[in-house]
Amino acid sequence: MTDIALKMVFGERAKYAMLVSGICFSTILMTQGLALFFGILGFSYATATNVRAPIWVVDPLVQQVGDNQPLRDTDVNRVRSVEGVAWAAPLYVGGAQARLLGGGATQPVTLVGLDADTLAGAPTKLVAGDVQDLRRPQSVVVAEQFVEMMQRLRGERLRVGDVFEMNDRRAQIVGIAKTAQGQGGASYVFTTWDRAREYAPSQRRMLTHVLAAPEPGRSDREIAQVISERTGLRAITEEEFKRMSSHWMLVNSPIPYVVGLIVGIGFVIGLGVSGQTFYTFILENTRHLGALKAMGTSNLTLIRMVMTQAGVVGVVGFGIGVGVMSAFFSMLPEGRAPLRLLWPIPVIVFGAILFICSVAAVVSSWRVVRIEPAIVFRS
Amino acid sequence: MSSVSSNLAANVAVHLSGVDKSFRNGDQVTSVLKQVQFTANVGEMVLVVGPSGCGKTTLLSVLCGTLKTDGGEVVSLGHELHRLPPAQVTQFRARHVGFIFQQFNLLPTLTVAENVAVPLRIQGLPLREALPRARQLLERVGIPEKANELPSRLSGGQQQRVAIARALVHEPALIVCDEPTSALDSATGHQVMELLHEVTRDRRRTVIVVTHDPRIYRYADRLAEMEDGRILRVETPADSVRIPPTSFSL
Repeated sequence: MTDIALKMVFGERAKYAMLVSGICFSTILMTQGLALFFGILGFSYATATNVRAPIWVVDPLVQQVGDNQPLRDTDVNRVRSVEGVAWAAPLYVGGAQARLLGGGATQPVTLVGLDADTLAGAPTKLVAGDVQDLRRPQSVVVAEQFVEMMQRLRGERLRVGDVFEMNDRRAQIVGIAKTAQGQGGASYVFTTWDRAREYAPSQRRMLTHVLAAPEPGRSDREIAQVISERTGLRAITEEEFKRMSSHWMLVNSPIPYVVGLIVGIGFVIGLGVSGQTFYTFILENTRHLGALKAMGTSNLTLIRMVMTQAGVVGVVGFGIGVGVMSAFFSMLPEGRAPLRLLWPIPVIVFGAILFICSVAAVVSSWRVVRIEPAIVFRS
Repeated sequence: MSSVSSNLAANVAVHLSGVDKSFRNGDQVTSVLKQVQFTANVGEMVLVVGPSGCGKTTLLSVLCGTLKTDGGEVVSLGHELHRLPPAQVTQFRARHVGFIFQQFNLLPTLTVAENVAVPLRIQGLPLREALPRARQLLERVGIPEKANELPSRLSGGQQQRVAIARALVHEPALIVCDEPTSALDSATGHQVMELLHEVTRDRRRTVIVVTHDPRIYRYADRLAEMEDGRILRVETPADSVRIPPTSFSL
């Protein structure tokens, strides 16, 4: 009877299209909301994504990646002296203002100062230039987003070799990197630790982080714990740093409410529109279902038919919705939009769609069970 | 088989005894069947006639097991429907009853052949086995070329032929028809009744027809006239002598 159930749905094209559209729209809204959520979370810990290091050592007061509390310069050597640490390197992360030569508006950037000897934490995905050239005077590696931002001001694209200003000092581009975009839309500029002191606004202490790695055979987590115990600083793995940042955003920002609203609207639309349309579809087919019942179809079979119809509508609508969103996301410039279609999103949305379809099917099944087979004899 | 069914003569297909049925609408209770006695024999076509609201359709629903009675006994093809649990009544309908409805009730999104195959599918036959049998029946009712059409492309008469094929495809012993000609013009109505008469007679099937249409009375072996929830009389179409229901015998 499954094929009969499916033909009943597929055959009524207008209703089928409406059912699938409702589920599809609901899927799109929920997927977009969750992708936005994960995207914004990703922005919140972009520094930890762009500066790769197994262990991050920060001030104990730091609660999230964007919180740059200064450390003492001697803290680098304190970390290096901990047993089990393979290497430790200073890092500066802070805000700066960039401007094209010849004046014009300034643009906020996130300035990253790397250890000149090791270039630990340097970007790995370069679309132009060479990160080793950071050792040359006045050199910087900029993010692709920075190039696009400046292009909007200058009218033409910055290339390797072009020069701009930060804090009235020349900065020559030696590389263009693919990076994740940071909070507030600020793009990343990488240089060496010493040079960052010149580009950044003057302050007493410049060290914001110490990057470290464990010796071979020791785990990141184990050594991070040892560093914390020996130095009194907070040492955490990259993943822990990201998680801590995500948690901070969840607790302290309005993002969960905004995203929750979007996802909630998607869910309500799915439940309201699709659920009601499906119930109406069952109501309109009462006579046919009654005929099947009169001819000896059991309630269990009819319930299975209704469940199949709801399930197929849900899967098709979900598939189209996720497909549309995947295509849409693939067209967006990488790293620019705060949208990340991570694998848990389709799983969560599919669960929500299944719930919507189950509710619609259960309510409709209740109706089907209550159909009197004798209804078919009424004109 | 219990005492009621075992006491019935072998040629009795349907037997109703002292059947009551009422419907409640708020505080108002309407008694639709009142102590109804009715019998139909094997191989017989009985037409149930009478004015609107007299209980014809309720009688039909009760004797085929789509409606439970409030009281009395309903024995169809040896099954005591008044005693059976709902699931077994459903199985009874699936195996033993063919239905022909006033509005045909064909599933609009299935082809004609698929519609005819529905009773076989309900019994669990796979489509590949059910379809050839459905096509045979379509041939028998004279519309084999319509097998792959949708019902909406057929005339009323053709749709009722499909309904007849659907009612026969699983070889039921009892066929119930609710106003089978009311949606058809006179000529088509006669064609449909002739077809029904022909295809049911050869297998000794019992056919119960509820109708308002006096033009088809001549197809009946017997006419049961109802009024106000009771069977007033049962007669043969040619019979000028009216038999009171109390003396109605098989």
